[in-house]
Amino acid sequence: MSFPNLKGRKVLIHDMCLRDGMHAKREQISLDQMVKLASALDEAGVPMLQVTHGAGLGGNSIQHGFAPHTNEAYISAVAGVVKRATISVLLIPGLGTMRELDSAYNCGARSVHVATHCTEADTAQQHIAHGRKLGMDTSGFLMMSHLNSPEGLVAQGKLMESYGAQTIYVTDSAGYMLPDDVTARVSALRDALKPETEIGFHGHHNLGMGIANSIAAIAAGASRIDASVAGLGAGAGNTPLEVFVAVCERMGLETGCDLFGLMDMAEDIVVPMMDHMVRVTREALTLGFAGVYSTFLLHAKRAETRYGVPARDILVELGRKKMIGGQEDMIEDTALTMAKARGIKVSHAA
Amino acid sequence: MAKIRCALIGSGNIGTDLIYKLRRSDVLEPVWMVGIDPDSEGLKRAAGMGLKTTAEGVDGLLPHVLADNIQIAFDATSAYVHAENSRKLNALGVMMIDLTPAAIGPLCVPPVNLKQHTAKLEMNVNMISCAGQATIPIVHAVSRIQSVEYAEIVATLASKSVGPGTRANLDEFTYTTSDALVAVGGARRGKALAVINPAEPPMIMRNTVYCLTDDEPDEARIIASVREMIGEVQKYVPGYRLVNGPVFDGKRVAVFLEVAGLGDYLPTYAGNLDIMTAAATRTAEMFAEEILAGSLKLPTPQEA
Repeated sequence: MSFPNLKGRKVLIHDMCLRDGMHAKREQISLDQMVKLASALDEAGVPMLQVTHGAGLGGNSIQHGFAPHTNEAYISAVAGVVKRATISVLLIPGLGTMRELDSAYNCGARSVHVATHCTEADTAQQHIAHGRKLGMDTSGFLMMSHLNSPEGLVAQGKLMESYGAQTIYVTDSAGYMLPDDVTARVSALRDALKPETEIGFHGHHNLGMGIANSIAAIAAGASRIDASVAGLGAGAGNTPLEVFVAVCERMGLETGCDLFGLMDMAEDIVVPMMDHMVRVTREALTLGFAGVYSTFLLHAKRAETRYGVPARDILVELGRKKMIGGQEDMIEDTALTMAKARGIKVSHAA
Repeated sequence: MAKIRCALIGSGNIGTDLIYKLRRSDVLEPVWMVGIDPDSEGLKRAAGMGLKTTAEGVDGLLPHVLADNIQIAFDATSAYVHAENSRKLNALGVMMIDLTPAAIGPLCVPPVNLKQHTAKLEMNVNMISCAGQATIPIVHAVSRIQSVEYAEIVATLASKSVGPGTRANLDEFTYTTSDALVAVGGARRGKALAVINPAEPPMIMRNTVYCLTDDEPDEARIIASVREMIGEVQKYVPGYRLVNGPVFDGKRVAVFLEVAGLGDYLPTYAGNLDIMTAAATRTAEMFAEEILAGSLKLPTPQEA
């Protein structure tokens, strides 16, 4: 790959530690930790940071786990300490609602990723329009983008643009995409969308491609990149933010972020708070290789413990059954069905 | 045997599937289909199946209500126009089955509370949502054994089975279903989640019901109650099936269900469509039986 003309291009970095990172922490990030992370990000010049339950607004549930605090409490706490950064939230229609978006706005959120599966953009019409009505910086976030063709993704992106989305994201929720997959999708969107509509890329590092895919996205016309300090995020984590900033500096891309400050934050704050090293483990690699939603990782490991079916086998089966984000209930269901088929005695099962 | 004559309002997936369900009924007869687009597939199909049709909305039906002796109407339009439709038809003495999330009338889940509504001669009953019909019976099956602090349901629908109305109004679906988990299911708090899955071939509708009980769950009684309730639902939705559970984890009860449809208008994966139309039909039949038996008299129509 050769990227001759990126020098001087501006990249808007959007941190995911405090949202996608919640997945890696089983939603257990304290208010103090949130505030500490947000202050450090703000000080290091990261312009946007996302704060919510891992599954976004409305995420507190049996299905997705309960955080120790409400989204409102987290957003308000972070809003109280950041001086420069814009606070964003995630809203997945079917889980989060416009009432919750109002409430997030009232607590200080000014940007929203409205997320749908990559073929279901028309479930986001009312939420995208509502984000705009509130005056929020509003993005359409097409999850599991590898499951739609470049042409198909263009059609979905154009729908979101028509509802009012100012940025359209190619979202590699499974960490499955390779740089050519990213280039094909981002270029197709760049050609089809209005010039003022921005394109974003949200990567997961399950195949170790977070940085390379993000650079490919920029080369193809993206201007916003989601990343996470020390990669704190679902699966093998998001594109590691400090590494990405270092690569941008080497390539002459302008991020406005303080590299050394971010390196210190990764090493001194984020890594010590991890419950497990966020890295390409056997199961995370399975996600990337099989194209499975990254958030399923820890749920599958819990099901392994409870029902005696290996997490890798469960993840492969979920991929085969084409389960998508939000179907975490099907992890336990699939484990129960597999345990029955394998003659494993499940205590408590009827 | 005499049948009660019915009008269907809204010529989308739900309205069209209802034609098949009503034609199978011993006590209901589909007579009118109301749409708003003369070129719509739904109106053409209805006309082809022998129904009278109008593309002028409910106002196109009103002049014919008395002459055609329409006594029950099914509204499958949207929450925004339902109230007006209901007011106009109720004024002519027509009982309304509401399949939109408007929920201006009492919420109805046949095996849980249908008898109460027929006894009260309700002129408008609401069918909540497909997810509500699929999950509230199970919440009720747990809450009738012991108190449920919180019920949460996850409904996954095949993308091809979800029409434009539902897609454009997912929040209404969420609110109406969440409220009904409390009002009809008997939980103290409720939350509904919906997922739309585009897999090919399309996946059959799945529903997961979680209940958090106040005290340690009485496993044997809950299992028996859930199984009995599944049998009740199967009386009108034969493809309603327990896949896994109930499984117990502390005070959490989890039940994993699947709903296959009859394959009338959409293929069998669209159990979400069937459970809604079958529940609405079951509800209308209960009212119709009372009307035919003379034990229930609809009010005398007033001129609209």
